[in-house]
Amino acid sequence: MTEFLRSDVMIAFAVMTAVTVASRLGGYWLMGYVNVTPRVRRMLDALPGSIIVAAALPVAVNGGPVVVFAILAAMAVTIIRRNDFIAVITGMAVAAAARALGFGG
Amino acid sequence: MHATHIPKAPAYWSKAAIVPGIIAIGPMLPGTLAFGMAFGALCAQKNLTLAEVEVMMATVYGGLSQFVALQSWPDVLTPGAIATLALLTLTVNIRFFLMSATLRPWFGTLPAWQAYPSMLLVTDGGWLAAMRYRDHGGADASFYLGGGIVLYFTWLFSAIPGFLLAEQLTDPRKYGVDLVMPAFYAAMLVPAWKGPRRAIPWVVSGVVALVVHWLVPGWWFIIAGALSGAISAGLMDEREPQHPAGVSA
Repeated sequence: MTEFLRSDVMIAFAVMTAVTVASRLGGYWLMGYVNVTPRVRRMLDALPGSIIVAAALPVAVNGGPVVVFAILAAMAVTIIRRNDFIAVITGMAVAAAARALGFGG
Repeated sequence: MHATHIPKAPAYWSKAAIVPGIIAIGPMLPGTLAFGMAFGALCAQKNLTLAEVEVMMATVYGGLSQFVALQSWPDVLTPGAIATLALLTLTVNIRFFLMSATLRPWFGTLPAWQAYPSMLLVTDGGWLAAMRYRDHGGADASFYLGGGIVLYFTWLFSAIPGFLLAEQLTDPRKYGVDLVMPAFYAAMLVPAWKGPRRAIPWVVSGVVALVVHWLVPGWWFIIAGALSGAISAGLMDEREPQHPAGVSA
């Protein structure tokens, strides 16, 4: 750590930023050329749930029983209380407690 | 009741939705802090300087992609290694492409100089909260921007304590930090439930994501699953809404 901001690290960040910014702006830009028919509307409406499931399910399955159980606990709390904050805290607490008790994963 | 068939108001700006927007992302803040702290600790272990960490927080601004990149951070940044990092970042963050696409019907009437900078603040939590607001008929763009700005600065700050406390945070899993995003996702999925028919794309997405995760190394499973879910929704026949409008979920 002789340098404050190393140039090779900055180049790597710049390239990572470029692809991320392109992703963030690209979808919005592209939809300017797409006619939002009922079919496209249905596709857009299905995206939130689809992205959630696609991003979380493989991670959960890969994470083992502790992660799956913690996520189920978070969902159960949401069904009862409809409070996102309590759900996140529940998920973290269940996983932390299970690991403290010696369960792996 | 999902308001798909009801034309929604075009976007406008007002101060009224700033605070509700911030309250809506409130549940994300402790998790964002914890996630950012864990990331700061990881960066300290990889011998980045705090200034470098903050540059990354401010520019890349994608927690999962930053984590994934740092975990495979090379000792020497050759052009090939940087290209590998770029591809890795793209596969994790290409979901932002889909997210900003869904914001077009809402933000599309705003001038480009307002809409495009807003898209730079797209994150999982901020976007999900904004979509839920839009789903209930909201149109005030300040709701999304207010929450987005608070999330951005929380993220910027979060790495600092983590970086400085790195030795105490070597195992963030001990505190359940890896559950922050999945638990928030799960919490967002529950109110999005609008009957089994609407959940068919979720099942398609989940199955495709699991299979791709199993067969293809890396993070392609997110975009593969999400696109499959959306396409399956597009292929399903339209069915008229059976509930009277106005019955709110």
